[in-house]
Amino acid sequence: MARIFTYMMHKGGAVDDTAFELAAAARRIDPTALPTAIVTGWGANLDAACKALQGSYAETWKIASEALAYPNAELIRKALVKVLPSNSIVLVAHEHFGIDLAPGLSIKLNSAFVSDVLDIAGVEGTGLKVVRQEFGGQVSAHVRCDISSGAVITVRPGAFKPQEGAATAGTVVDKSADVGALTAGRRYVETVVAEAGDVDITKHSILVSIGRGIQEKDNVAIAQELADALGAAVSCSRPVVDAKWMEKSRQVGSSGKTVKPKVYLACGISGSFQHLAGLKGSPFLIAINKNPKAPIFQVADIGVVDDILEFLPELTNKVRETRSAA
Amino acid sequence: MEILVCVRRVPDTSENEIQLNSAGDDIERDDLVYSINEADNYAVEEALQIVARVGGNVTVATVGGEDDEEVLRREMAMGASHGVLITDDAFSGSDGRGIATILKAFVQKGNYDLILTGIQAEDGGAQVGGMLAALLDYPFASLVNSIEVLDGKKLKVSREIEGGNKEISEIDLPCVLSIQTGINEPRYVGMKGIRAVASIPIPTFGVSNLGLEPSAVGEAAAKVKRVDYFVPALGKGAEILHGTREENIDKVLELVAAKGGLK
Repeated sequence: MARIFTYMMHKGGAVDDTAFELAAAARRIDPTALPTAIVTGWGANLDAACKALQGSYAETWKIASEALAYPNAELIRKALVKVLPSNSIVLVAHEHFGIDLAPGLSIKLNSAFVSDVLDIAGVEGTGLKVVRQEFGGQVSAHVRCDISSGAVITVRPGAFKPQEGAATAGTVVDKSADVGALTAGRRYVETVVAEAGDVDITKHSILVSIGRGIQEKDNVAIAQELADALGAAVSCSRPVVDAKWMEKSRQVGSSGKTVKPKVYLACGISGSFQHLAGLKGSPFLIAINKNPKAPIFQVADIGVVDDILEFLPELTNKVRETRSAA
Repeated sequence: MEILVCVRRVPDTSENEIQLNSAGDDIERDDLVYSINEADNYAVEEALQIVARVGGNVTVATVGGEDDEEVLRREMAMGASHGVLITDDAFSGSDGRGIATILKAFVQKGNYDLILTGIQAEDGGAQVGGMLAALLDYPFASLVNSIEVLDGKKLKVSREIEGGNKEISEIDLPCVLSIQTGINEPRYVGMKGIRAVASIPIPTFGVSNLGLEPSAVGEAAAKVKRVDYFVPALGKGAEILHGTREENIDKVLELVAAKGGLK
């Protein structure tokens, strides 16, 4: 079995949660593997990240370069191509940086590429069988990947149970000298922080959250009326923001806000993993969707198969009746 | 600016319940509604807006079969000047790298300053744009949610990163960008617009006029192959309420009150 490497994201000296999930995924590919962590960056933050990894990885490869102080996928790809042995299996978290890095890395390593892997089904000879989802999570697929010339695999955050504390005093190997000067056709300028919106959805204990099923902008009022009656706020999933029906500040998900309500009413939301990644603290999840196959029903506590455009107004009326009677 | 947008025709998941066929080796495709991949449509709109600002042409291309012509015509009705169908039996079974290899050969037949793809397809994994860029040795950015042309040689682009924050970079041309949904508001295309482009010829490219080795693409070259589809055994899953609408509303309200501390 080829050597397995995991690329480590870190910020401000802290290693990303996915570090330990990637270690778990590596051991699902090869239970005897001692995966090697690779971490790139510069200065004290890089050293702190290496130290944090020593508790979980027997070996950590450190690549220090001032050019890598901000994670630029093109520069990091060039650095990795210089240090990785041939036929390596490289695991990267499937988030915005992994999406930037991994496809091109597989080309330059001349290895197979599989993205957004949820599970490892097994290895037969040079074939690694993995599980992916397609069509918005409505169906899953087994995918066979020929790893004879290595593989680059992006792993869905949260899909593998993190594995910590496997090593106690891992070693850090400095590979910086192997990398040399790095230049890229894309240069980082700045990060623009998201604007705060008119309503802070992170502060509400009940969210009426709408997805594509709301169908048009005028129908947002249906959700707002229910939220008003409940003393809740309206949040939404990505398609609603893409269509410009609500502000970005109302979006729940990995590219939006992380919320911790007590009750989450998912209305016409299919339930993509990017959306669910924004739900923390195990809220009581009630899903209303007219598609009985919607993935949201796999994770919800209570499901109602109905048309939200009819269900929500009637629910609003009932809330108003109940509250005026009380 | 000469812009190439790579598009795909896919089953529309907002219009279809995706089911497995009886053999379990594919989804049931008989009654599916197909449309342009959503992110690709945003990419075409972005290309049209760039050309409206700085001049140039937009070409849309797809790797597929005859049925895929309809999405090329749809995007031509939006304003793309040219549509190109890249089709060959030898392309069947290509993995992401195979598709990127085919597109690279096509790109090298032209003189494009900018190549756009959608960030991902309904069944895909955000792979072809980044692979194509690496094959061409062009710079690449994924999850792009704004583009500003700085001069003839570079762009200022924004990527969508965690928490709705934006990562701003400068990127040299020629380059490949994969476009995130929501970057713009794609224009409406009516039947009239599609009829207006119905008779424009759509050139086709295949293995021979792209100068490709058949063994470099298609199933034989694919390192990644789908084995089967399945519906995962659910965990606990939701308790589905099977009452009348009125009963369901009462139950939902009771639970919201109990769990949410509704006063």
